[in-house]
Amino acid sequence: MHAETLEPHGPKPKRHFSRTNIMLYGTLLLISIYYLMPLWVMVMTSLKGMPEVRLGHIFAPPIEVTFEPWVKAWSQACTGINCDGLSRGFWNSVQILIPSAVLSIMVASVNGYALANWKFKGSEVFFTILMLGAFIPYQIMIYPIVILLRELGLYGGLSGLVLVHTIFGMPILTLLFRNYFAGIPEELFKAARVDGAGFWRIYFRVLLPMSLPIFVVAIILQTTGIWNDFLFGVIYTKPDLYPMTVQLNNIVNSVQGVKEYNVNMAATLLTGAVPLLIYLVSGKLFVRGIAAGAVKG
Amino acid sequence: MSDSLQQPAPLTQRPSRWLHNLSAKLASLPMVLTALVVFVGCTVWTVFYSFTNSRLLPDASKFSLKQYEYLWTQRRWLISIENLAVYGALSLIFSLVIGFFLAALLDRKIRGEAIFRTIFLYPFALSFIITGLAWQWLLNPDFGIQANIRALGWESFSLDPLNNPDLVIYGILIAGVWQGTGLIMCIMLAGLRGIDEDIWKAARVDGISTVKTYLKIIIPMLRPVFITALVLISAGIIKVYDLVVAQTSGGPGLSSQVPAMYVFDKMFKDQNLAQGFAASTMMLVSVMIVLIPWAYLEFGGKKHAR
Repeated sequence: MHAETLEPHGPKPKRHFSRTNIMLYGTLLLISIYYLMPLWVMVMTSLKGMPEVRLGHIFAPPIEVTFEPWVKAWSQACTGINCDGLSRGFWNSVQILIPSAVLSIMVASVNGYALANWKFKGSEVFFTILMLGAFIPYQIMIYPIVILLRELGLYGGLSGLVLVHTIFGMPILTLLFRNYFAGIPEELFKAARVDGAGFWRIYFRVLLPMSLPIFVVAIILQTTGIWNDFLFGVIYTKPDLYPMTVQLNNIVNSVQGVKEYNVNMAATLLTGAVPLLIYLVSGKLFVRGIAAGAVKG
Repeated sequence: MSDSLQQPAPLTQRPSRWLHNLSAKLASLPMVLTALVVFVGCTVWTVFYSFTNSRLLPDASKFSLKQYEYLWTQRRWLISIENLAVYGALSLIFSLVIGFFLAALLDRKIRGEAIFRTIFLYPFALSFIITGLAWQWLLNPDFGIQANIRALGWESFSLDPLNNPDLVIYGILIAGVWQGTGLIMCIMLAGLRGIDEDIWKAARVDGISTVKTYLKIIIPMLRPVFITALVLISAGIIKVYDLVVAQTSGGPGLSSQVPAMYVFDKMFKDQNLAQGFAASTMMLVSVMIVLIPWAYLEFGGKKHAR
């Protein structure tokens, strides 16, 4: 117990097994059980065959490990008309996610840059409206957007959904980039201007190369957000094009047939795998992303 | 919205005001369009049409308050509002208390802080759909927690909120709190880390107990952080939809309906557009009730703004 790993700054507690410490760690462990229980149960259920699931010991590890539910969830599970599993939704989600993330981040970074370094008359007003927009319930805007998309010929397709994600990602991303660019020393910007560089040149040559961290934060934010979206997917795409999260709900909550809990849990884990992986890999940047988005809002 | 950089002084005065800074204006076009067309335009459009009789298609031939009168006589809507109030109030309290408690525990210079933080925050990476489905399974009376505790010998143990109309909203609450407290913990932890070490030292010198220091000194200092968390949680509560869809689909019966569900069904299933518009307008009103006092506090008194 004397290893100096993971020791935060500050003085060490005097005794490691004092009563306070036991209480402290005991509480933390107890709470950890509440947080980990759903994940544990999902994984265990997804690795069991249906006969074993029916025994009802959801907390027990599988007696006989099987990956069949995972295969079934990926390639055979049914949602109403289609029976080609979650793979369809996965690829739909990928096709939605990549352009949405790229487009929204591009647009928002340029917006944030203009707001931070090239203010014009009224720019702050628009920014304030944009920020307030983040608090408007989506429900009040969804129907007129249906009409707008229909007029543009994008309703029901993937590109319409990409546009919607770009629009609703804008407040938080713009805020993120604006604050980041505003924190970059002004001298740098002025020097580039004196050298005759214009709006785009400064953006691409000066700011972009030094903004990698904030772009990573934005990518994390958008990827988890778009992947986890349900409402927009349901409203703005056709059943064939439903993103993975929507399809997951349709598979698990479908009323027909016998409930295959192990397949359902495998499907849930498959859908959660993408954001979970991003979360575990990105660690501190994820925290920074939500904190940046949240605290300054 | 606080730290603004000074505008770089224009180096040369251009002939036309409109052409001045043209690239920046063009680059801001998506933001301007989003702000004006979507956030303002679409909202105003919906509020406007909520006073009409639109059914299958928007129809502005008659204006009245009929939709609102009808809305407040609907049992389903009243249940939705009640659920939202109960869920909202409790999830506010639980998120703030648990979030702060967790942050305070993690701030006690413990070992393995990163591991615990990862555990408490991972649900936040998952969608409400996944959260709802996972807890639907855990709260399943025949297989889940209830069945397993009964199997241990406690025969009368009961934990079956999802099939009980009176308790269903608490079942959703358990899941919602599980998903969302990690975020609040993170915000609180950032706030706690910003507190000067000297304050703790001074409190210790004065012989003030740890608990008392938190209650009397630290929490009052974290007021802005609490307000931010409060606003964040409230903004999330009003939107609660996916979680209920996944966990209970609004049932049993109408007992776990929420306003967002009412709006969705009226607009896209029942072909009763104006009713959906009226309901969503009420949602906006309730957000404004929370938001306006906050904006006033945060931006009205410029002295407090950083």
